[in-house]
Amino acid sequence: MFKLVKDTLISQVVTLWGVFKKIFVKADTVEYPDQQPYMFPRWRGRIILSRDPDGEERCVACNLCAVACPVDCIALQKGEMEDGRWYPEFFRINFSRCIMCGFCEEACPTNAIQLTPDFEMAEYVRQDMVWEKEDLLIDGCGKYHDYNFYRVAGKQIAGKDKGEALNEAKPVDVRSLMP
Amino acid sequence: MTLEVGSGLTIGLILGTVIVVAAMLIWVERRLLSFWQERLGPNRVGPFGLLQVVADMIKIFTKEDWVPPFADRFSFVLAPAIIMTVILLSFAVIPFGPNVGVVESNIGVLFILAMASLGAYSVMLGGLSSDNKYALLGSLRAAAQMVSYEVFMGISLLGVVALSGSFNLRTIVEAQEGMWFFIPQFIGFVIFLIAGVAESHRLPFDIPEAEQEICAGYHTEYSGMKFGMFFVGEYLGLVLVSSLITVLFFGGWMGPSFLPPIVWFALKSGVFIAFFILLRAAIPRPRYDQLMSYGWLFLLPLSLINLLVTGAIILST
Repeated sequence: MFKLVKDTLISQVVTLWGVFKKIFVKADTVEYPDQQPYMFPRWRGRIILSRDPDGEERCVACNLCAVACPVDCIALQKGEMEDGRWYPEFFRINFSRCIMCGFCEEACPTNAIQLTPDFEMAEYVRQDMVWEKEDLLIDGCGKYHDYNFYRVAGKQIAGKDKGEALNEAKPVDVRSLMP
Repeated sequence: MTLEVGSGLTIGLILGTVIVVAAMLIWVERRLLSFWQERLGPNRVGPFGLLQVVADMIKIFTKEDWVPPFADRFSFVLAPAIIMTVILLSFAVIPFGPNVGVVESNIGVLFILAMASLGAYSVMLGGLSSDNKYALLGSLRAAAQMVSYEVFMGISLLGVVALSGSFNLRTIVEAQEGMWFFIPQFIGFVIFLIAGVAESHRLPFDIPEAEQEICAGYHTEYSGMKFGMFFVGEYLGLVLVSSLITVLFFGGWMGPSFLPPIVWFALKSGVFIAFFILLRAAIPRPRYDQLMSYGWLFLLPLSLINLLVTGAIILST
């Protein structure tokens, strides 16, 4: 009998009191539109395409991001400039599919595609969720301030021959006998 | 213009107040619940989110009022009307103040018990006519629960009736001049509280509409204003049970004279409404068989013992 009363009544009263006390506890709610949360710099939000310090597009249209993308939301077409640089003719991200996983950023060899802390991307028309290169491209370097792919890579372009990149040795002449 | 029992003004005021309060309870409950869960609750629409009720009302009035083609149309439409009607009728006998009330009835307690029993038809018809397995299960549960909890709901009140010697709620309030009945009738009060929760099928005894088990129970198929009537009916039941507890055990409108009697009544009822919301926030729902065995094996004998002891004490003094 005592156990019954203890189980059915006392424990319920204890629970009631415990919950009642919560009315004096400050709410955990962040009142979002009025009260902006601090977004960490590495937050994976809206995707951008960055430029290198010279102001050129970083993207070399290697398609690795499109391959890495688990939901196939990235589409692009390679083009080649007269000086030998590769660039995307179009670069299209369908944000209605994107799951902000950041795989594209990890796959990118030139730090071109980057995820930003912006997450407020709601649209009224579904078609507006598809972003073209003009929408994605920003004027800055994003998270990596002095990386320039064509300055460090061995790729030959106009004005920069083989072996002229930063930290790059001259190509070895395999036909020479000299040490 | 003075208020008197049964005048048109009084009836209109009571009807309006009760319905507005029941609608406002939607907001009150959501806010209180969220405070107890360390949230803020609806606070966007209007000051403190007060206009949330208006928004909810506009939404529910403009929703498509759909009757499923497989439902039994007549009883489907009738069911939500029953619960509103019987609960609003129950308010007729409640004395809100010394001169505020709808009718002066010598069988007030019996009338309310009878109306509560009729309320069972609402959920039964609603569930049966929906022709939906969840609704049927819900109405089965509702029928069993309401029938079994009505038994000792009545018996727990008999102590109060014996002490005051009347079925008239106004006389019962006046009999509490010296001492509120929750002191001599504490067990009766607790039992009536539990039975009241079960009767208005509020959490933790919302087994007929247990969302996690059977969708929404007996009102699974309801939409639009018919659902709204069930919904408001539930809150009306909450107000009714709270005011009944106030009348029967806590001296109705009585209190120190620095506040008018009607304010005392509202305050006391408000405390109980808040307590019912606290119950919802704190107590988990029992299993169905636990609820039934708890009622028949524990509360019914307890209320009978309470009645016997009360009778013995009244006889010996």
